[in-house]
Amino acid sequence: MEDTVPASVNKPEIVPTGLDYVSSLESTDVVSIAEGYDLWIDGRPSEPATNRYFPTVNPATEETLSRVGEAGAEDIDRAVKVARRAYTGVWGRMSGAERAKYLYRLARMLQERSREFSVLETLDGGKPIKESRDIDLPLAAAHFFYYAGWADKLEYSFPGLDTRPLGVVGQVIPWNFPMLMLAWKVAPALATGNTVVLKPAETTPLTALAFARLADEAGLPPGVLNVVTGDGRTGAAVVAHPGVDKVAFTGSTEVGKLIQRSLAGTRKRLTLELGGKAPHVIFDDAPLDQATEGIINGIFFNQGHVCCAGSRLLVQESVYDALMDKLKVRLATLRVGDPLDKNTDVGAINSRAQLDRITELVDVGVAEGAEMYQPSCSLPDRGYWFAPTLFTGVSQSHRIAQEEIFGPVLSIMTFRTPAEAVDKANNTPYGLSAGVWTTKGSRILWMADRLKAGVVWANTYNKFDPSSPFGGYQESGFGREGGRHGLLPYLRGGG
Amino acid sequence: MTVPAATLPASPVLGPFVTPATLGSYLRSVPPVDEVGAAERAAALSTRSVKRESKLAALDMAIRMCDLTTLEGRDTPGKVVQLASKAIRPDPVDPTIPPVAALCVYPNMVPHAVEALRGSEVAVASVATYFPSGQAPISVKAADVAWAVEQGADEIDMVIDRGAFLSGDYLKVYEEVVAVKEACGSAHLKVILETGELSTYDNVRRASMLAMAAGADFIKTSTGKTASNATLPVTLVMLEAIRDFHASTGRAVGMKPAGGISTAKVAIRYLVLLAETLGVGWLTPSRFRFGASSLLNDVLMQIRWLREGRYQSPDYFTRD
Repeated sequence: MEDTVPASVNKPEIVPTGLDYVSSLESTDVVSIAEGYDLWIDGRPSEPATNRYFPTVNPATEETLSRVGEAGAEDIDRAVKVARRAYTGVWGRMSGAERAKYLYRLARMLQERSREFSVLETLDGGKPIKESRDIDLPLAAAHFFYYAGWADKLEYSFPGLDTRPLGVVGQVIPWNFPMLMLAWKVAPALATGNTVVLKPAETTPLTALAFARLADEAGLPPGVLNVVTGDGRTGAAVVAHPGVDKVAFTGSTEVGKLIQRSLAGTRKRLTLELGGKAPHVIFDDAPLDQATEGIINGIFFNQGHVCCAGSRLLVQESVYDALMDKLKVRLATLRVGDPLDKNTDVGAINSRAQLDRITELVDVGVAEGAEMYQPSCSLPDRGYWFAPTLFTGVSQSHRIAQEEIFGPVLSIMTFRTPAEAVDKANNTPYGLSAGVWTTKGSRILWMADRLKAGVVWANTYNKFDPSSPFGGYQESGFGREGGRHGLLPYLRGGG
Repeated sequence: MTVPAATLPASPVLGPFVTPATLGSYLRSVPPVDEVGAAERAAALSTRSVKRESKLAALDMAIRMCDLTTLEGRDTPGKVVQLASKAIRPDPVDPTIPPVAALCVYPNMVPHAVEALRGSEVAVASVATYFPSGQAPISVKAADVAWAVEQGADEIDMVIDRGAFLSGDYLKVYEEVVAVKEACGSAHLKVILETGELSTYDNVRRASMLAMAAGADFIKTSTGKTASNATLPVTLVMLEAIRDFHASTGRAVGMKPAGGISTAKVAIRYLVLLAETLGVGWLTPSRFRFGASSLLNDVLMQIRWLREGRYQSPDYFTRD
């Protein structure tokens, strides 16, 4: 009787909207998209030798935005040779202080044109303008600023280590954070004196192509940054090219394994940042309202297209009901729709293929007997959409608790003791990230000690900073991006 | 006038579930607040883009929710009468502008406010309970309240004894709110927590639950007399307490941020916070108020701008 008020005399009758925001669309006047784009090799547009172009669509409308060149083996060969020439001729022998000037310039120009890049990112990828404007672009610029600062300090930062660059690096990046992943890859590579052949994702090539032009305006010597567009075959050709000294890949575990297999026995260096199925652990002494926000942010940020998404919620049984009530009320306030609307919280699913994948796994979840909950929300008729989804009554043995869905779908389980929470949290082939909510400082440290994850967030989630290394355990990959650690994969002595 | 705890009544709201004897454990069971998370949520909601019709609707709402306030040692009947006229008709040249919710004055000014507002929809609110410090015996505070109500105040804004709260004497604070509520009779009671002095969000949340359990009709952030007034995060924390209290008791308590809210832009942020935390049921003057003095003219100026497409000089809006 003394610790609680009666369990729900009345259930919450909170009707969660009230101010009907009229649509507030970000103007697309700041971007101009050409009808077609060639590859970007040697500081200029380059027609693909394949003579083939593929469409890139706006996932919120299914309209074709542009057609983009498909790079084949011949194009990759040329890009790698050009990059080699730029490495030996200019970039690899330039002093760190000089390289830093270019990187600072890129960072500043990216900030100045941040609005244009955010709109382009949202058009091509479907993410809410709020996120590309407030997170993707500011962080991308921050990464360039951060690594610009390291360029002339390598010898002092790693005493005794061979800090010379590797040469030409092949980088293959995903569609979930096109510009941010470009920055994570390109900034440390250039800062350390390597030259780059970058393969952006098939569904989101436009910002990388725009960035190549920006780099040209910044005066980056031709051949230092080359952008070859295409699908998985193009990526495979970049990875396989014998002139590439290092491969950096961010994407699915499935493709990561293929890459690692193909590189076995070669002299090429490799870092992989792959999938995840992050545990998000809520203890009974957690600040529940803020934890609710953390859960929402953890799984619905960027439509759940986040490798470190907190997709497995582990809730201590004693607060399960209270938390679920809060979560459901909060879920109903999420605004799903036009990504260009400044008030949109959840945008469009990136592609038809990804929507099919999400739908398939959600069907599996229902078939496995988990209980599905979706708020009532109207989805646009055209485009690729998926309503925010909760699954309760999930067991570790369910596929939706094991496989990465990469969509706005949260699998919810319960636990009784801290030891059980750790056990369940670590019971996954992945190990990229984890979240812990508790007001007890000692428990945070105890958990962080035991969770097998590259990143552990305490009382927050999805926090990124250029100075903080990011990367995984087990099937989530190896190598770190960000921070001083993020330089090592691009240095000869870095291993 | 301290009465032994055992003879005190149970919570007028929570009944036997929370009695004075169990008050401490009840308040200690209130979920903690993560300060960084609360600030982040408030900041995130501040980026909502409220345009055109939505903005006009929000500004109209802000006027109807306004407790137009003058709480100064130099207040005179003349000042109060002039402000009353502003409260009834905020923009003399625009009859579509609604009156404000209430005029908030010191007890001495209540008779003058009642007289000036007679026949209007504007309520008379009075601060009482030895406002703003609250450092007086409960008998004095109760008499202060009773007198204001007798003079015709429709609403009473009381202050809690922050000293008692911070020393852990929750029971004293609770007793006072119960006593004041009783002295209010049918007048509505707003309980000012003076959040700037409570200092932590955990304290704010506990004090919110305490005030609601003791019978508050509204909880209010601040007196406007200390350095730290209403903020978005502290308002969010109180709104979340109201949400929890409603979920467990079914009783809908109102919210009043006060002090430092002087622009239409900021007022809209508060309304967004309210709408996305408590929903449409709270978007009404009977559940939400702004305690403000300079807010009103900025709202009028923004409305004029939205309707006419240009800004008017502040000289076109009356200053009473």
